[in-house]
Amino acid sequence: MPESSFLCLGAGAGQDVGRSCILVSIAGKNVMLDCGMHMGYNDDRRFPDFSYITQNGRLTDFLDCVIISHFHLDHCGALPYFSEMVGYDGPIYMTHPTKAICPILLEDYRKITVDKKGEINFFTSQMIKDCMKKVVAVHLHQTVQVDEELEIKAYYAGHVLGAAMFQIKVGCESVVYTGDYNMTPDRHLGAAWIDKCRPDLLISESTYATTIRDSKRCRERDFLKKVHETVERGGKVLIPVFALGRAQELCILLETFWERMNLKAPIYFSTGLTEKANHYYKLFITWTNQKIRKTFVQRNMFEFKHIKAFDRAFADNPGPMVVFATPGMLHAGQSLQIFKKWAGNEKNMVIMPGYCVQGTVGHKILSGQRKLEMEGRQILEVKMQVEYMSFSAHADAKGIMQLIRQAEPRNVLLVHGEAKKMEFLKQKIEQEFHVSCYMPANGETTTIFTNPSIPVDISLGLLKRETALGLLPDVRKPQLMHGTLILKDNSFRLVSPEQALKELGLTEHQLRFTCRVHIQDPRKEHETVLRVYNHLKGVLKDYSVQHLPDGSITVESILIQATAHSEDQGTKVLLVSWTYQDEELGSYLTSLLKKGLPQSTP
Amino acid sequence: FFQYCLSGHPTLPCNVLKFKSTTIMLDCGLDMTSTLNFLPLPLVQSPRLSKLPGWVLKDGSTFLDKELKECSGHVFVDSVPEFCLPETELLDLSTVDVILISNYHCMMALPYITEYTGFTGTVYATEPTVQIGRLLMEELVNSIERVPKAQSASMWKNKEVQRLLPAPLKDAVEVSMWRKCYTMPEVNAALSKIQLVGYSQKIELFGAVQVTPLSSGYALGSSNWIIQSHYEKVSYVSGSSLLTTHPQPMDQASLKNSDVLILTGLTQIPTANPDGMVGEFCSNLAMTVRNGGNVLVPCYPSGVIYDLLECLYQYIDSAGLSNVPFYFISPVANSSLEFSQIFAEWLCHNKQTKVYLPEPPFPHAELIQTNKLKHYPSIHGDFSNDFKQPCVVFTGHPSLRFGDVVHFMELWGKSGLNTVIFTEPDFSYLDALAPYQPLAMKCVYCPIDTRLNFIQVTKLLKEVQPLHVVCPEQYTQPPPTQSHRTDLMIDCQPPPMSYRRAEVLTLPYKRRYEKIEIMPELADSLVPLEIKPGISLATVSAVLHTKDNKHVLQLPPKPPQPPAGKKRKRVSDDVPECKPLKPLLSGSIPVDQFVQTLEKHGFSDVKVEDTAKGHIVLLQEAETLIQLEEDSTHIICDNDEPLRAKLRDLVLKFLQKF
Repeated sequence: MPESSFLCLGAGAGQDVGRSCILVSIAGKNVMLDCGMHMGYNDDRRFPDFSYITQNGRLTDFLDCVIISHFHLDHCGALPYFSEMVGYDGPIYMTHPTKAICPILLEDYRKITVDKKGEINFFTSQMIKDCMKKVVAVHLHQTVQVDEELEIKAYYAGHVLGAAMFQIKVGCESVVYTGDYNMTPDRHLGAAWIDKCRPDLLISESTYATTIRDSKRCRERDFLKKVHETVERGGKVLIPVFALGRAQELCILLETFWERMNLKAPIYFSTGLTEKANHYYKLFITWTNQKIRKTFVQRNMFEFKHIKAFDRAFADNPGPMVVFATPGMLHAGQSLQIFKKWAGNEKNMVIMPGYCVQGTVGHKILSGQRKLEMEGRQILEVKMQVEYMSFSAHADAKGIMQLIRQAEPRNVLLVHGEAKKMEFLKQKIEQEFHVSCYMPANGETTTIFTNPSIPVDISLGLLKRETALGLLPDVRKPQLMHGTLILKDNSFRLVSPEQALKELGLTEHQLRFTCRVHIQDPRKEHETVLRVYNHLKGVLKDYSVQHLPDGSITVESILIQATAHSEDQGTKVLLVSWTYQDEELGSYLTSLLKKGLPQSTP
Repeated sequence: FFQYCLSGHPTLPCNVLKFKSTTIMLDCGLDMTSTLNFLPLPLVQSPRLSKLPGWVLKDGSTFLDKELKECSGHVFVDSVPEFCLPETELLDLSTVDVILISNYHCMMALPYITEYTGFTGTVYATEPTVQIGRLLMEELVNSIERVPKAQSASMWKNKEVQRLLPAPLKDAVEVSMWRKCYTMPEVNAALSKIQLVGYSQKIELFGAVQVTPLSSGYALGSSNWIIQSHYEKVSYVSGSSLLTTHPQPMDQASLKNSDVLILTGLTQIPTANPDGMVGEFCSNLAMTVRNGGNVLVPCYPSGVIYDLLECLYQYIDSAGLSNVPFYFISPVANSSLEFSQIFAEWLCHNKQTKVYLPEPPFPHAELIQTNKLKHYPSIHGDFSNDFKQPCVVFTGHPSLRFGDVVHFMELWGKSGLNTVIFTEPDFSYLDALAPYQPLAMKCVYCPIDTRLNFIQVTKLLKEVQPLHVVCPEQYTQPPPTQSHRTDLMIDCQPPPMSYRRAEVLTLPYKRRYEKIEIMPELADSLVPLEIKPGISLATVSAVLHTKDNKHVLQLPPKPPQPPAGKKRKRVSDDVPECKPLKPLLSGSIPVDQFVQTLEKHGFSDVKVEDTAKGHIVLLQEAETLIQLEEDSTHIICDNDEPLRAKLRDLVLKFLQKF
């Protein structure tokens, strides 16, 4: 009987926060989860190595579908490269907001890379468009039938607008891939949620594997205090963000704080994306949290009064200001330009509200580096204050454990984290849930064996017969069901043996036994019979024992008749007759009767 | 499998399905045509209405003149309007497990069901359905509560009295069941019982049944429902549309392979073409305004109004109406316009693409921005300051019995320059206008009903091929006013089963199989044998576990070891515990081979005799006789168990087991 496996090939997500790209083989179906790029590299290493797959032939032939969990570039940045340059024409699934926002971020990123840095061998605008034509948008909780056997279903993941976790199911085997998720609601998004879907495998991100973050409110207070203090002493605050996501949450936070404290220092939001981004939030408001959704008719939270568009010239303005600038890891673009301008002044502050991957300026300053080598061998000395505030909406250890509790997986696989931290979490998961936990390295394959039960069709007649018998409330005596499993054209049907015979056009062959049992009893025949009857009735309490008018005895369907021995009057011959179906009972009866009758009738 | 039919209104259905072990209510529509029998509720004191004469019986008795008023030959109840509820006595509604809602028009009776029947189950609906349904209910409650009416007439409902009344009051059905409008707390309580679902989401009910909403193409979030187990499939098609308006297109493919298809909510105006009606609407509107008159459009606050505004958006400039103000007056006008813009995922492809840009999917955002369309919660407040004529007013309620529309009817009714254009198909426009007669105002009837017509139904049924169709009786005969139009009825084979209010139908199913799971350990122990090419058999003896309507087969437990040290006291301890049934046997025994086998096993004195039906094999020394026939074998022997067992096993070798 079948035994199937998942093959999880970390084509990029392994023990590394850089980029996500996972290949799952489940019951013969191949699904690629996310197609991210690495922000820390500027060469070939930024895209996943698809030769893992292409060595087996064309991507389209090999993959049944691609699923993108959310619009962050470390999850979708390699998509146009993958579909248009390597070549994939199958379906790509993502939620509606992801489908809307993803191409804009890709185009933005393409512009920075190609137009500003002048790189070649990169995807074009047209490739982004062609790639997006292959995208099929999915609703939350919609069961999408990819083909006859493969189905996928999206769950709300929090994290960013449109982020989703995906369940991938073939028959009764399933995998859940979380993408990035957040188990606590924030100022603009709700918390991730999944039902008790008991997947064979849960693939969870583990960015914050060891962190158990203090309460959201403390972090917010801290953030506001730091911004406020800097502004009060005339300093400038730079907050590198990605255009969509944390930026909106922090904007809501600052907007309400400025309103309450009646502050005058200007707040700016860089890049042309701002207004557009907020528009997406307005139009996809059903993806935000309960509170925003409820009040949006009266007041749309994404229409800001205090936050204005940034102009490059403003960076040199005297006096305090707060600027949200993209991108979030200080690796390119406007945020890096402003950082270079402000880094020399100790009155200023940069607040990193999210994780930075290795190789980025963000990562360097967060790890304490204060002298940075810039392009052209210039050394930039960082005198401004550097603060890190974990606002990026990833689940922390507590959140990951909570999700495992919700979904009840049989196995857990951790990706998108740092090896040491993951090891700690792995132990914790194995201890608490007694499930196997894996953490494959990049390019490593994890195989998980499942042993699924097999669904078959049972004829209603057989089931009803059995459930009717099963009504006897005796738990200690489990009722046995007897049926015949017909395997035909890859279908399994369980029917009664009679029906199986009939369907195959066969007739039953009756096998009957008749045993002569000699009993020493001088009494008259009918008296002997009566003694036998009483004896059997006494012994076989749970059976139907009957004395028929014609002088025979039946035990269930076994027939017992007595005749006198032709030669010996003191001996009676009992003819015990049963069919093969009553073999046990028949055999038992003959041996019981062979022992003779008890001395006195009980 | 039964269907209890609680509503007689084909487009406001309420059915209860008993499907396997679950009780499922399909929609709970509220029949509001009852309100046409009532006088309008004016927002501003109306001298005309208050001066209407009381109704006097033929014999001159006046005891009803406080309750009933006469207007242009029609008699109206002067009381708070009341609605005709779905049947509540046909079955105990507290036993309903779930309610499935197909669209926001079909949930208006929800508070009556969830708050007054002991209902403890769950309601399933899509998010747009709930949000817009809430708006419709809010508007309804608001327009009735804001005009407190002292009088609540009930004398006329007395059966003896009702007989004496003129039509249509005389013929009104179930008047004792008519109820006043619910309140906002009841609406909130009812809506809190709703669980949101998305299209193609599979929802498990008690492990026995799966329900799935599918896009029906009629309104934002409108759905048809699939109710199925592993072997039965019922499709509930309610309010569907194949026209391309703003909602996501109808999902037809998923309706295939249905055993039963319940068909409700077809177009109420099968002879009108919605596109043509929209054209007429625009030209009548333009003509009236050009002549200096005002246009009144009685409407619901959501639905067709979005399409009308979109048409006008394209039409206004070319028709030279740029300076004519458009007013949308409803307590939920703002919410409705805002909500329409945030349901990108539920919209047709073109509108979705706009959202990706990102632009608002509906152009009424631009109409509002450019001040061409203004919306107000009511005629009081800001509206009275901004109000300029000539103008176009969209407002409710389409029955003309309550809401701001009553005010405009009173205000504009006397001038032949003005026009009222009816677009909603739910009420007969002549009945709606009756209490305003005599009218000088022009009346134009452009009903826009995008739901399926009979041609589309025929095509749909051909496409999805259900085994049986169930529908309201109205669809099985031509409309009463057009009895010659035999094309205006459902035509399918076998002919549809029809239902009427308060009827119980037995739905035709033939169920033969059920799903069961074989546990891996048991599966491993099975030994399939190929009996015929391509067909293998395995006998299964296993323990059946049934929990939450799911069946699982497991390996039988190993017989427990008798506890050591405990003496067997009685013979009965040996009695076989549970009868392990033996498999059925099949095949026949070739006598020659059988004899050879016997000899091989040491029986030297085998003798064979022929009989009419077969052979008798004799083992003389053992005094044993074996009768072999085509389909039976009989072993007759002495009580020699080892011998019998040996012979048994030799016989079994020749037979197949089942």
